[in-house]
Amino acid sequence: MASVGLTQYLLIGAVLFVCGVVCMAIKRNAIGVLMGVELVLNGASVNFAAFARFHEAFRVEGQVFALFTIVLAAAEAAIALAIVLNFYNNYLTVDVDSAEELKG
Amino acid sequence: MSLGDILFWIVGLMTALCAVMVVVTQHIVRCAIWLLFTLAGTAGLFFLLGLDFLGATQLFVYVGGTLVLVIFGVMLTATGPFIQLRAGAGEWAIAIIVGLLLYGLIAVSWMFADWSKLPEAALPDDPKQMYHTEQLGRGLLGDTSVQPVSALPGVPGKPRAAEKQTGKLQPPPSRQASAYLLPFEIVSVHLLVVLIGAAYLARAKRKRVVAASQ
Repeated sequence: MASVGLTQYLLIGAVLFVCGVVCMAIKRNAIGVLMGVELVLNGASVNFAAFARFHEAFRVEGQVFALFTIVLAAAEAAIALAIVLNFYNNYLTVDVDSAEELKG
Repeated sequence: MSLGDILFWIVGLMTALCAVMVVVTQHIVRCAIWLLFTLAGTAGLFFLLGLDFLGATQLFVYVGGTLVLVIFGVMLTATGPFIQLRAGAGEWAIAIIVGLLLYGLIAVSWMFADWSKLPEAALPDDPKQMYHTEQLGRGLLGDTSVQPVSALPGVPGKPRAAEKQTGKLQPPPSRQASAYLLPFEIVSVHLLVVLIGAAYLARAKRKRVVAASQ
């Protein structure tokens, strides 16, 4: 087995990304879709961190962009949960299939 | 195989397994718990990479903040039929096929990628000391001894010595050190604004119907 390098970390990040995409597509609960988005962003920040460690030109950039990803994911989760809670208060459901009336 | 490699495979495979379980699990509360382990495993990967500030931020912001928010959202909305919303078998089949194809595509392209064409950067100091928090902070300030050249063009760096003397902007060299302090501050303020907005959106509304009927 090859020693751990950039490729192994990128493969783990790809697992997180694909799981997130499938999770966004398959979940019917709106909060489940939100969890998929979190997984995708985590896969991205694993890739950034791997490049920060294994490639000299991205030493600071990789860490800074991974930090941005974490903070923006927190912001996105907060606003999406507020919208989901509002939707639940108004329609008493979190099923995304029945959210067709969400227009203005 | 060194100890670091063994730890990487343990933590990495645990993270990947938990991510798969997030998708597979139908019960939304259990989903949130698997997501907790996935995020903690990602923090472990950051620590294994030696990026201690990033791992700590992941634990604080993600595991401590975002996930608590998600779990509260689950608890506030998990009533009756919404705890287990199931997708159909056909949808599962399509999702699994598409997921495997997508992973195969990404994995093959990572395997055969040639990273030697990326921009090179000369390292001035001991590379083992380059990942610590102090170094990251100096890099945020555009210290050229930490980050000799930027891999990205167009990000403003510290004013160079000639600019300080004459007070005029010199034509920029093609690659220069980048300072990320201002973007970092902008992101912090952005998070504050978004949290205030989320609190405004999710506030408990006063019933206006009662006032109108009186």
